[in-house]
Amino acid sequence: MAWPLIRLIPRETHFRFVKWAPVAAAISALLIAGSCVSFFTQGLNLGIDFKGGIAMEARMPTPISADELRTVARGTGAHDVQVQGNFGSPNVAMIRFLPTEGGNALEEANRVKGEIIAKFPGMSMPAPSVIGAKVSGELLMGGFKALGVALLLMLGYIWFRFQWQFGVGAVVAVFHDILLTLGLLSVMQIEFSMTSIAALLTVIGYSMNEKVITFDRLKENLRKYKTTPLRDIIDLSENERLSRTIITGSTALLALGGTMIFGGPVLFPLVFTMTFGIIIGTYSSIYIALPLILVWGVKRGDEEATPIKLGAGSRP
Amino acid sequence: MLTLSRWKVTAVILSVIFGIVFSLPNILPQKTLDALPGWVPHQKLNLGLDLQGGSYLLYEVDTDALRAERLSNMVEDVRTTLRNDQIEFGELGESGGIVRVRITNPSKIDEAVSLLRRSIGGPLAGAIGGRDTTVANRGDGRLELSFVPEAARADAAKAVDQSIETIRRRIDALGTKEPTITRQGVNRIVIQAAGESDPARLQAVIGQTAKLTFQMVDETVSNEDIAAGRIPPGVVVIAGATAGAPPIPVAKRALVTGEDLVDANQTFDQNGAAAVGFRFGGSGARKFGDATTRNVGKRFAIVLDNKYISDPRINQPLPGGSGIITGNFTPESAAELALLLRSGALPAKLNLEEQRTVGAELGADAVRAGAISLAIGAVAMFVFIILAYGLFGVFAALALAVNVLLIVGIMSMTQATLTFPGIAGLILTLAVAVDANVLIYERMRDEAAAGRSPMSAADTGFRRAMVSIMDANITSLISAGIMFWFGSGPIKGFAWTLSIGVFTSVFTAIIITQVLIGWWFKVAKPKKLPIV
Repeated sequence: MAWPLIRLIPRETHFRFVKWAPVAAAISALLIAGSCVSFFTQGLNLGIDFKGGIAMEARMPTPISADELRTVARGTGAHDVQVQGNFGSPNVAMIRFLPTEGGNALEEANRVKGEIIAKFPGMSMPAPSVIGAKVSGELLMGGFKALGVALLLMLGYIWFRFQWQFGVGAVVAVFHDILLTLGLLSVMQIEFSMTSIAALLTVIGYSMNEKVITFDRLKENLRKYKTTPLRDIIDLSENERLSRTIITGSTALLALGGTMIFGGPVLFPLVFTMTFGIIIGTYSSIYIALPLILVWGVKRGDEEATPIKLGAGSRP
Repeated sequence: MLTLSRWKVTAVILSVIFGIVFSLPNILPQKTLDALPGWVPHQKLNLGLDLQGGSYLLYEVDTDALRAERLSNMVEDVRTTLRNDQIEFGELGESGGIVRVRITNPSKIDEAVSLLRRSIGGPLAGAIGGRDTTVANRGDGRLELSFVPEAARADAAKAVDQSIETIRRRIDALGTKEPTITRQGVNRIVIQAAGESDPARLQAVIGQTAKLTFQMVDETVSNEDIAAGRIPPGVVVIAGATAGAPPIPVAKRALVTGEDLVDANQTFDQNGAAAVGFRFGGSGARKFGDATTRNVGKRFAIVLDNKYISDPRINQPLPGGSGIITGNFTPESAAELALLLRSGALPAKLNLEEQRTVGAELGADAVRAGAISLAIGAVAMFVFIILAYGLFGVFAALALAVNVLLIVGIMSMTQATLTFPGIAGLILTLAVAVDANVLIYERMRDEAAAGRSPMSAADTGFRRAMVSIMDANITSLISAGIMFWFGSGPIKGFAWTLSIGVFTSVFTAIIITQVLIGWWFKVAKPKKLPIV
């Protein structure tokens, strides 16, 4: 009987995860380098939340041509105009632009709005959103400050529950996830908004959850097999945990899959980032956090921590 | 652990009832809901502005302007005080936040210092006997007056409090749907109006300071003097409110201010033109009466936000403290000004720093898309977990369903705001909740494979998995706490959803699943676990 499907996953697996760690490290390093290049060349596509600016929604009884709307909006003299057509429905578009420096943003928004409506009979535009540069800068700083403090406290908790090597391993791995997620946002030029911060927080939350679960099993096995080399215990813990990782990961991805396909343009950036985060969070638990612990060594029983060179362990 | 203790069963039943009762208002049609008796919960999920449409306005109190005004008042106070006591002085002026004056008669320096210490400024809020100004003697008769640093913060805080009061009165008078007005940080005010997608009306009443003053026109200053910039100290030139009105010189010190007004309403003058009637009360009426008695035959200016509306001549004393303001009014603009005067002036100018509006339609689209996609995601999760774990999967799915009910119920009950980021928090919560069940079941499989009996494997599975589940959820709670502490609005929404989810997930994934499995053991007396 094939149902429940869990029986299809072999009870015991013997994958050599650690063996692949150097390869994974190389890949991660490459990806991080790529993220940094993208970060410094094109940067994040900051939305008006963090850059300041004006955003307004346009609605028509008939489909809106984004190109036409863009031409008209640029014709009003507005700076840095971006028009996103098919915003949830072909009849809706989103227009974003930057206010003239030193001018009154609200007045400018109303002027541009008036000029656009004049060119598109039947178009309606609710009041624009205007975000001043001062507020937006504070929002960005506040967002990253929250991320930083949250990471530090989690490091503290893991240190307290496990050992400092675990805490550092987890935080480095989560940092790796944040870098790659930001890199992805930068490469794909997905708008970075308040929602993206929420997505990042979710990525961190899920990733941290993965690390803690991984560490719990490792800690238990370290106590159970006092003489087995660390690398083998890591492999063992990971294999024991494999079916759980597959089931949980698939469930989370399924939950997001629905939103990714049907969630509409407002939710898409959020869900896309979260999906990437779940995959990268699972990967970094196995290939970043655990190998780091292997490199630093752990304290076992009463002995002092014994650093083990990567790739030089002996197999029983 | 699998014993069906009475408190566990009771807790499960109560939580299910709680979840259903408090979630129900969200799916009942409004008519059914209205027909229900009062003790039944009626509260629906409190959707954030990003989901239901509405306006969010963030104003910052212009503290620089406030400070500048206070300093300029201090200059005038110093002038009048020294004049009244006949102390000769010169070089009175203000720069860089410090008011400087030079006492020309060396024998009067000490007297001047103690006089100014006594009479300039006011008591400092929160410090007994402290004053908000300092007077320093720099030698050679040079005195420097400045506000203590705490005074600036206290001023800003007071200005924000007063502004919130005033804005509330003004908005109440408008009669729109109740917006929420809150303070943010030191000098900011947030106004959130759900369902109001056009904030223009709100802006019209909030954007105006409506500071009304009556100031004497200085008729010794001629138009030529103004053109040449020969303005005597204590006099200021102000522009007219109507286009084409010439600027006029007025005394810096106001005779009476709008603060003393007790009433204002729209009325008409003897020619039938729209006007604003006003009445001063108590000390205001006395000050107004005295001033008009002393200055019969002279002109005074009625000044609104540093522009004069009219500059009538005082024909006879006005001891009753009431009068009318005529100007270029329509009945509507007169009524609006009367409203603003009645509600009181804002203590300082408010600058709009942020305005967010979400059209109700876009909000509704987003909610629909979000609800549909969440439902699809949840169904996919249910099907998958049942396929993966069979009967135990059904238990996990039931626990998950109760979890969703509890989260929706608690969010409705506490009226916590559900925002877009909150939905992200919800998805993460559900993923971690499923993870708890997966951890438990995988543990059971391990224990069964190690040769334990089904009952013992299930029991040990629960106990061992608990450690990991608690660790994972405490970590989540830590990050949620930090986000709540540091984050701004939307992030707070995320953190709140996540925190509620942590508690409900631990409860449902552990207690509810335990009761279901315990009950199954009792009924089916299984020889082996369905997941092995």
